[in-house]
Amino acid sequence: MTNISLNIGSESHHEPPTNWKTYFTFSTDHKVIGIQYLVTSFMFFLVGGIFAMILRGELITPESDLVDRTFYNGMFTMHGTVMLFLWTFPSLVGLANYLVPIMIGARDMAFPRLNAAAFWMVPVVGILLMSSFFVPGGPAQAGWWAYPPVSTQNPTGNLINGQVLWLLAVAISGVSSIMGAVNFVTTIVKMRAPGMGFFRMPLFVWAVFSAQIIQLFGLPALTAGAVMLLLDITVGTAFFDPTQGGNPVMFQHYFWFYSHPAVYVIILPIFGIFSEIFPVYARKPFFGYKVVAVSSMLIAMVSAIVWVHHMYVSGTPGWMRLLFMVTTMFVSVPTGIKVFAWVATIWGGKIRLTTPMLFALGALIMFVFAGITGIMLSSVPVDVHVNNTYFVVGHFHYVLYGTVTMGMYAAIYHWFPKMTGRMFNEGWGKVHFWLAFIGTNLNFLPMHPLGLQGMLRRVASYAPEYTFWNVLASLGSFLLGMSTLPFIFNILISWMQGEKAPANPWRAIGLEWLISSPPPVENFEEIPIIINGPYGYGQSEPLTANLENQAIKTAE
Amino acid sequence: MDSSIKPEELHHVSHEHEHDEEGNKMFGFIVFLLSESVIFLSFFAGYIVYKTTSENWLPAGVEGLEVLAPSINTVILVASSFVIYFAEKNLEQKNLVGFRIFLLATMLMGSYFLYGQAVEWSQLEFGFTSGTYGGMFYLLTGFHGLHVFTGILLQLIIFIRSFLPGNYDNGHFGVNSTSLFWHFVDVIWIILFILIYVWQ
Repeated sequence: MTNISLNIGSESHHEPPTNWKTYFTFSTDHKVIGIQYLVTSFMFFLVGGIFAMILRGELITPESDLVDRTFYNGMFTMHGTVMLFLWTFPSLVGLANYLVPIMIGARDMAFPRLNAAAFWMVPVVGILLMSSFFVPGGPAQAGWWAYPPVSTQNPTGNLINGQVLWLLAVAISGVSSIMGAVNFVTTIVKMRAPGMGFFRMPLFVWAVFSAQIIQLFGLPALTAGAVMLLLDITVGTAFFDPTQGGNPVMFQHYFWFYSHPAVYVIILPIFGIFSEIFPVYARKPFFGYKVVAVSSMLIAMVSAIVWVHHMYVSGTPGWMRLLFMVTTMFVSVPTGIKVFAWVATIWGGKIRLTTPMLFALGALIMFVFAGITGIMLSSVPVDVHVNNTYFVVGHFHYVLYGTVTMGMYAAIYHWFPKMTGRMFNEGWGKVHFWLAFIGTNLNFLPMHPLGLQGMLRRVASYAPEYTFWNVLASLGSFLLGMSTLPFIFNILISWMQGEKAPANPWRAIGLEWLISSPPPVENFEEIPIIINGPYGYGQSEPLTANLENQAIKTAE
Repeated sequence: MDSSIKPEELHHVSHEHEHDEEGNKMFGFIVFLLSESVIFLSFFAGYIVYKTTSENWLPAGVEGLEVLAPSINTVILVASSFVIYFAEKNLEQKNLVGFRIFLLATMLMGSYFLYGQAVEWSQLEFGFTSGTYGGMFYLLTGFHGLHVFTGILLQLIIFIRSFLPGNYDNGHFGVNSTSLFWHFVDVIWIILFILIYVWQ
């Protein structure tokens, strides 16, 4: 067997992209594309973060005194859009791009050129959105949900205005995502290594698979709505114009039919990351592997029948509100299964509180909090009361920052040695974690009492009695902004001159840890033959039949 | 270790797993078509909601649509799905001439369909901006027409490729996917025809 094995840690067998210029080319290597996605989306994350701090800067005092109100509206629209379409989606696609082919034992994605094309649309989306600052009237101001009739107003009369650029950007982002989804689904279904049945796939792959299925069947609805809105603005059709017999609520249906499931598109891969990280740093097999794998698919399915919970106050009839309240609450069942499985996985384990583990645990705690407020919001009587207030903003920021962004940090630290071949600085990682953890809670926790007291969202000024919590939230946002500095510093320095990483620095189980760091160009010299499930801590059987896998045999 | 694989077979098993590129492409294309069909379904859902809830569904002065000419058009489009199937079969039997004849016939039928639709559009008394009815009518027929046009373009490409030697010796992903796309466009039209013309 040894004559066909892969030499772990051998430097002579691979030529990974060592030159940074590689990352500016039209590469078809899924690993290069993955890093291109990650770095590009992180740049936009910084842009979206600066927008957020401008918003919080405005809200530190009750008066509207820092920026004018039109600019403020543009800011919250662009903050939401950039964070969703240019940070969370592409960063997770980047991570999945890097990991999925390796985790299933493939040499690349099914369609490498399509993959590269999908990536290069992301900077185009960014340029379109940023250029809207320079057209008359400024960027779109109707929020990231772009509800008509607000979004169909065109006071400047220009055909090229912020809202039109916004719609084009969203459409291109949609095309890119569909291309990505076709690629991921084909790759996962058709290119798994011999022996890797569906129930031997790592949970991250399950999560990506479920998320991409949502993309395939949800995104077209948003595309349909966006096309109709674009026609209303540019050609003068009347789909959503109530003065000409159109129905603006129809747009909300198109929008939320995709945009609620979109939350699961970003949260499912984060669940996958949790599932990869907890067994490693607790040194235990995953608890309830099959149930958790299936629960991802269940969440994907239920996601298609919950969208009306965003429209409880849009004139939705009572019976429909009841129906969607029940289906929404049902999401907590498969989600709860996952949470219990993670807790059970950590329970009684030999926990190592390294940076990735800290981030994953912090994100899990904040996710549980977000889940509780989520169940509150799914309930019609509560939602009618706090609708359009900061309670909602607090809830989804616990999801999108507390869980998704923190989970993303966990992933970046966990796979950093694999991707770069270098170790990061653990001390700076911990500084980053504590700043981010405290910052997140300081920023978003005060939004809950603010919302319960009735402070509306999307406003540049507010009544003086809301000042205390607003000041806290603003301080939190600046702390959160600062917390990225040790991260950037750590990543850059470590990437350039960090300690060389071994193939398997965390003593983890999984195909990606059996190949050198960074992996060779085509991942595997010999396609692995899978003979076991992915989380065999404490088992004596190896993961594959043909790769050297002494790391797996170390029964712990 | 998995008892079904003997150590001496490992190398063989690993190499047998050459990935099947044609199969991947076809699978990916079907996944894409499924996703594409959701756009149409979204428009159909919009049409049904608007039709059943609008107070002024038909624009003022409009009685309804003429059904005869679109019905003939429908028959031609549905028939063309069988014609392209014969083209595929001919290619499988290495009969390039037959393949080209049937493909040409499909293109002509598709083009006739587009011509028929253009004539219908030019005679209608309402436009794209005539309320939600006009909007939905032109959106649905226009978006479908765009697909018919794309289908004809794809057929033209495989038609030209058939004259270049060696292209269709093994594997016909281009041909099979074009044919599948054409059937897809056809099925969508049948639903569209029932929604717009039959259910007036």
